Amino acid sequence: MTEKILGLIPVDWRFELTSLPYVRKIIKSRWMPFLPIVLNLSVFTIILMAGFVGGVSAGNYNFGIMFVWIVWWLLLMMVMVPFFSRIWCMICPLPAFGEWLQRLGFMKVRNKLFGLNKKWPKALKNMWLVNFLFLGTTYTTGFLTTRPIATFILLMSIIIGSIVLMAVFEKRNFCKYIGCPVGGFLGLYSNMAVTEIRAKDPQICKDHKHKDCVIGNEKGHACPWMILPFDIGRNTYCGMCLECFKTCPYDNMAINLRPPATDLLVDKNRGLDEAWKAFIMLGIAIFFFLIMQGNMGFLKDWANAKTTEGYLTFVVLHSIFNLLLIPGVFFVFVYASRTLGNKEIPLKKLFTNFSYTLVPMGLIAWIAFSFGILFPNSSYVLHVISDPFAWGWDLFGTAHFPWTPFLTGVMPYFQIGTLLFGLVLSLDIGFKISKQTFQKRDEAVRGFIPIAAFLTAVTIFLIWLFTG
Amino acid sequence: MKNSMKILIMVLVLLAIPIVILAQTEEPKEKVITINAQQFSYTPGTVEVNRGDRVTIRLISTDVHHGLYIDGYEVSTDARPGQDGSLTFVANNTGKFVMRCSVTCGPFHPYMIGYLKVKPDYRLFGSIWLAVGIFIGSILLVIRRQKP
Repeated sequence: MTEKILGLIPVDWRFELTSLPYVRKIIKSRWMPFLPIVLNLSVFTIILMAGFVGGVSAGNYNFGIMFVWIVWWLLLMMVMVPFFSRIWCMICPLPAFGEWLQRLGFMKVRNKLFGLNKKWPKALKNMWLVNFLFLGTTYTTGFLTTRPIATFILLMSIIIGSIVLMAVFEKRNFCKYIGCPVGGFLGLYSNMAVTEIRAKDPQICKDHKHKDCVIGNEKGHACPWMILPFDIGRNTYCGMCLECFKTCPYDNMAINLRPPATDLLVDKNRGLDEAWKAFIMLGIAIFFFLIMQGNMGFLKDWANAKTTEGYLTFVVLHSIFNLLLIPGVFFVFVYASRTLGNKEIPLKKLFTNFSYTLVPMGLIAWIAFSFGILFPNSSYVLHVISDPFAWGWDLFGTAHFPWTPFLTGVMPYFQIGTLLFGLVLSLDIGFKISKQTFQKRDEAVRGFIPIAAFLTAVTIFLIWLFTG
Repeated sequence: MKNSMKILIMVLVLLAIPIVILAQTEEPKEKVITINAQQFSYTPGTVEVNRGDRVTIRLISTDVHHGLYIDGYEVSTDARPGQDGSLTFVANNTGKFVMRCSVTCGPFHPYMIGYLKVKPDYRLFGSIWLAVGIFIGSILLVIRRQKP
């Protein structure tokens, strides 16, 4: 019998969005994703200018800060990742210069890429580097989200870094393993998405020996993300660049609608790097809440580097909390699960597999956190679109729109509802993973209980933290 | 199946008892609270009152121009150094409400936050009750499915 997500939608249910002729025609055009990248690049040009011009002024009236840390971040966490997987990577303008340099052109197909085309070391083909990169970036959250110049420096570093590193390493190694701070969590959380890119009929790919999607042809590039498009098990490393749609001579690629979180049930290629990514993301959601929406002034002073000692304390505590404390507490519950379930199951396997229950919990925690940004602060956006460089413009007549929080009175209900839904989904995924991991069903039931207790405790903690 | 449901209902009822006990409130009072605002926090960071209290907040700024806006109550005031602000309201809505600075006061301005807690917090108790209920329900569900 086919399993169902939340007891409602069969895990293998799919609706092929690209079966709609116009959708397929758009996806197969070489204008996709070039056009959205160029449009996005024009917005990022304004962001960069505003960041540079804004200097160290208050970020809440700066276009760069508002569009990166309010508009982009909220869209990313609340819309793009849960609904459209890594669609951001499809339209991201930051590595575009590096990629155009590799291809020595904008839209033309050139499979012999310019540059040194070095292979990325096999030992580093995982999320560890981006885990530390992202954690390191969050040390500067106090500056990034409040000082325009800090956002400018971050974005310019990514652009310049991508040009240099993409001239050295082949294809999208920069995005996948090296330099994108958000690439890791986009990959992990895209496992939650209700969309996917997959081969329509695996047998067609199996019979087709030439594998155009891997080596490229005159219609499209070899997969820039260096995956096997005919065998995408999970969304993690598919950057949705759409090249496989162009190269496939059998039109065998599809964008499917599917139930949420199905990739978390793929018992293949799970690893501790992704486990730690899940811990780090959950921990950062908690720490960010304390800094941005909490009432402890000393913590804000630490993150704001009011004193060097305070800032270093913040960095150390933040690191210990994310890298050791959360995994440590989780380990205790996993140990209890093994004790109750089956002591012959390797602890590492149990720890790794169950860590994927924190993916829905983490994404949902970020969505609940984002409500606390959206409702009180989004009115600033109306101001900055009219006067993006603080030069006294009033392009849309909204430059003097006052700060107006909306729905903040009912915001806690949105947060609680979201977190409880996250608990239900995490428990559902948790038991399915338990059944995969333990050999017998009664073992799976017993082994599930401590994990369910952990997930419930985290949810109660988050409800208390956010709303209590 | 029936036994599982009975156990679930009994557990939820038992869990509800402390909520009812905790929900007992004191008589409404007149409360005057002084809050000091300084980049980028309020002191005290949390103000606790009971449902029905008539609350007057006196806002004192010790550095720059600050504001104070209370989510849910949608009331606000502001203060400059030497020029205090004040607001009064009846705490009819229970739960935790965020107090935010409403005047741009520096880089961390959007993060200048305090809490108003109006007891008893039915919302928090109810949410915890639901989360525990979901936990127990899920365990019962997987145990029930296990039986032939």
